[in-house]
Amino acid sequence: MTPTLQVFLIISATLFSIGLLAVLSRRHAIFILIGIEIMLAAANLNFIAFWRFGPQPQPPTGVMIALFSIAIAAAEAAVGLAMVIAVYRHYHTTNVDQLDQLRG
Amino acid sequence: MNSWVLTCLWLIPAAPFAASLIILSLSKARRKSAVALAIIGEVLALALSILAFMPTLQATGFRAVQNFNWFTFGEHTLRLGFLLDPLAAAMLVMIALVGLCIFVFSVGYMADDKNFTRFFAYLSFFSGAMLGLVIANSLLLLFIFWELVGLASYLLIGFWIEKPSAAAAAKKAFITTRIGDMGFFLGMLWLYDCSGTLLFYDSGNGCLESAGLAMLGASATFIALLIFCGAVGKSGQFPLHVWLPDAMEGPTPVSALIHAATMVAAGVFLVARVYPLFSVDAINGVTPSLTVVVWIGVTTALMAALIAIAQEDIKRILAYSTVSQLGLMMVSLGVGGVAAGIMHLLAHGFFKALLFLGAGSVIHGCHGEQDIRKMGGLRRLMPVTFMTYAIGMLALSGVPFSFSGGWTKEEILHATAQWPKSQAPYYLLLAGVVLTALYMTRQMIYVFFGNGRSASERAHESPRVMTMPLIVLALCTIFFSVVLTSAWPWLHGYLTGEPVHIEITRLVQPMLFVSLALVSAGVVIGVWMYRKAGVQDRDRPAEIDPLEYAQPGVFEFLANKMWIDDLYDHTVIAFSWMAARLSDWMDRYFWDGLVRGFGGVGQLFGILTASVDERGINAGVDETTAGARGLGRLMSGAHSGQIQTYLGAVAIGMLALLLLYAWLA
Repeated sequence: MTPTLQVFLIISATLFSIGLLAVLSRRHAIFILIGIEIMLAAANLNFIAFWRFGPQPQPPTGVMIALFSIAIAAAEAAVGLAMVIAVYRHYHTTNVDQLDQLRG
Repeated sequence: MNSWVLTCLWLIPAAPFAASLIILSLSKARRKSAVALAIIGEVLALALSILAFMPTLQATGFRAVQNFNWFTFGEHTLRLGFLLDPLAAAMLVMIALVGLCIFVFSVGYMADDKNFTRFFAYLSFFSGAMLGLVIANSLLLLFIFWELVGLASYLLIGFWIEKPSAAAAAKKAFITTRIGDMGFFLGMLWLYDCSGTLLFYDSGNGCLESAGLAMLGASATFIALLIFCGAVGKSGQFPLHVWLPDAMEGPTPVSALIHAATMVAAGVFLVARVYPLFSVDAINGVTPSLTVVVWIGVTTALMAALIAIAQEDIKRILAYSTVSQLGLMMVSLGVGGVAAGIMHLLAHGFFKALLFLGAGSVIHGCHGEQDIRKMGGLRRLMPVTFMTYAIGMLALSGVPFSFSGGWTKEEILHATAQWPKSQAPYYLLLAGVVLTALYMTRQMIYVFFGNGRSASERAHESPRVMTMPLIVLALCTIFFSVVLTSAWPWLHGYLTGEPVHIEITRLVQPMLFVSLALVSAGVVIGVWMYRKAGVQDRDRPAEIDPLEYAQPGVFEFLANKMWIDDLYDHTVIAFSWMAARLSDWMDRYFWDGLVRGFGGVGQLFGILTASVDERGINAGVDETTAGARGLGRLMSGAHSGQIQTYLGAVAIGMLALLLLYAWLA
């Protein structure tokens, strides 16, 4: 089977769905963060795929954006984990079901 | 000389007033300071009075007037003023001197009273008001002081407020004099309406000066009679005399100062002061208003003298005697003998104060007993009191030559005899002279002669602080006879402004012998009637009065004060009671019902609006708020606070948008 754009897009959509499922269904804050990382990875894969199968030759814009995105994701993970630690210190839990202070 | 006193006349009443105020602010225990203050105030008043008296001697018809504006309303200015003339000056000295004696006497008499300081505050207050009354140069100012002495009298009669009889007597005195004062007040308003001023003397414009009197016209008689109503009330004239004997419930010094020497004389003084009003358009010295004065005076003088014969209370006898003497003064004023009336007033002030203080000394010595039938034989036990009382009694009876009362009484009789209208008052007054001698003899025999009875067993002479004022007043009474003697009518000339000639022949007028004979007759009858009064007799117990023994009906009539009090009880007072009951009934049932009816309507309306509020407006608002609350509850359900629920909703929304996009494309 030859790698075509559709294959990459399907894989990317699958990855995004898995990430979304993780974010919506897991109760642990760290798993939610992992879900977010998976969705980011799916987006990166899309950038690379559209760049790879676009008209050639051209500047490596897709790779650049993916690299930026990875850097931002790292920063995001750092901030997210710091927040998880802060939440844990405050509430003594990381279960998002119990973090319902915004309930109306 | 002494001119500063004439511009500061107000200082005379101000001194006792100030003393009174300071005493009132002291605590009850400061007895010595209270006495010292009261006496200092009175001595100051006396000194100033004597200073004010001096210049009046220098010129005949002296008159110093000092007017000032009280306040201005619109275009009218109300003016008050002070006046010093021989009448005022003589009254000032008499009041201050008698007052001082009585203050000193009170120190002994009230020594055991727990409200000692209050007593002296009231006495000083009275003294100030009375001194103010005599120097007032405005009928309004006079009326103000007139009411102040009335208030002082009320406070002092009811001084022993815990005694119900004293409280009742105080009320009776106040209300009875108020009836007269009503007339006085109306007269004053009428006078102001006619003449436009209430100042007596105002350099030609006063209401007692010819210009003012001319404006009155025919209403002068009515104004004079209305003002006389005030004098009737204050001076205890018939028919308003009933309060004065009851006023004896007050402490004896009060009876002496207020209800014998000074305040009750204010009525006589008032008539003398506004005498020009009474004598407007006089024909031969007779006017309708003066005729009324004469007959009221005669009735009072005779009636009170009769009642005095059948009284048992030592002070009540003196009270009726005061009423009788005031009647005599009124007659004198009415027949035109103003100077004689005022001279009798001054003399009476001294000897009646003396008699009352003597009675106070007797009561003090007998430990509060006032019934003369229980005394007796005090002649030996209380020699000083006996001697001074005898002097007072002789002066009151009118023994001429050496006692002041004799000369003045003789002058009054003389003036009455010359009244052109009728001779009846003259003969009635002669009968009054006999009666006066009779009841005083009776009192002397009961109190000082005969055997000692129950109350005189432990009797003792009073302390010197009480006997000294008695001696001073007795000396004044005797000394006064020199000033009053008809051979040298100095005081008469001083009061009337007429020149004075010494005529020894006037000493032996027939009138003197007539009055001497009448007094002797009275004394002899008295001695004969009551010779056994003090002695135990097998046939007749000492408790029964000889007159009662001989004429029970007459005695009962007199002992019950001619049933005048009972008459008032059954007419005026009963009527007042009925009126009060009627008003009460009207209040309770008619007016109250009306008010309740209106209240009910209001209440009904209130219930109506309340129900509209409750059911209509309030319920609508309730429903709206309930709806809003339900909606809020519903909406708040969506806000679970669960981050994943929110994200799920976002994901579903995204999916829906995606599908919509796919379907449309």
